[in-house]
Amino acid sequence: MTADVPDAPTAALTPAALALGDDALVLSHRLGEWAGHAPVLEEEVALANIALDLLGQARILLSMAGDEDELAYLREERAFRNVQLVEQPNGDFAHTIARQLYFSAYQHLLYAALAAGDGPFAPLAAKAVKEVAYHRDHAEQWTLRLGDGTDVSHERMQRACDALWRYTGELFQPVQGLDADWAGMEAAWLETVGDVLRRATLTVPEGPRSGAWTAGAGRQGLHTEPFGRMLAEMQHLHRSHPGASW
Amino acid sequence: MTDTDWPLWEVFVRSRRGLSHTHAGSLHAPDAELALRNARDLYTRRGEGVSLWVVPSSAITASSPDEKDPFFEPAADKPYRHPTFYEIPEEVEHL
Repeated sequence: MTADVPDAPTAALTPAALALGDDALVLSHRLGEWAGHAPVLEEEVALANIALDLLGQARILLSMAGDEDELAYLREERAFRNVQLVEQPNGDFAHTIARQLYFSAYQHLLYAALAAGDGPFAPLAAKAVKEVAYHRDHAEQWTLRLGDGTDVSHERMQRACDALWRYTGELFQPVQGLDADWAGMEAAWLETVGDVLRRATLTVPEGPRSGAWTAGAGRQGLHTEPFGRMLAEMQHLHRSHPGASW
Repeated sequence: MTDTDWPLWEVFVRSRRGLSHTHAGSLHAPDAELALRNARDLYTRRGEGVSLWVVPSSAITASSPDEKDPFFEPAADKPYRHPTFYEIPEEVEHL
């Protein structure tokens, strides 16, 4: 299963670099799927910009763990370490926005903490935290408008927030090699996201976020069914033409 | 792409401190805050700007092409309005 994974040059960094890098790579690919399908042209560019920010982060992070192309294109599903939240399908626009709100709020807290430290991820985090602040703001603006919009948009946004809620507990499972106050970040995340949802006239979901009947093994390489199909599409070209160049 | 009835906005970008805002183009957005964000994504993603204005296109009063002659023609034959009769000292640059 993992025969294609290259030997890691910096073994101590690898688990954390893969976790953060795979989060960014997979979400970037999901957002890229909106190209040509977004509700309006302006929003398509906005989503593509966010995807490109994340791809830039992924390239740096995966390069810290090995060869970026081999890691992105030649690993099997079980070798990916992203959380299950980011691999969830785009769904309708509300699902994409809810996924982005949940993830960006988490990523902003994590990168702010890493940027404040002096670990190996501090330089990347210091740059990326500004990008992520914009991603979070974009998702927040849309959550407010969809939640507090029409009856239909409110219902769809609530449905999306409820559906993805069970994937949010996994975000705060400590990652080996990352020095952060995970419990503190989770409390801050609940406060931030709860505040946005309430201002958007949405109900903060009450379902479980961790424990039985929730998601939470992406970091261990267990992924949801749609991830395999996404990966097949993402890796198809590279695997069909090994070593091809422009 | 489906049609929307979102209003049109004109975007003005200031490329550097000290320069004035220049018209960059237009876009659709449901309200001013999102227009500003769309403008950021469409017109400043390659580092073009330090400041953005968005203005509802409906708020702009434009001169009509039909009025081109009465508006602009009279300025053409008044050369004394152009500062071309002065000797410019060599030391003065960028004039």
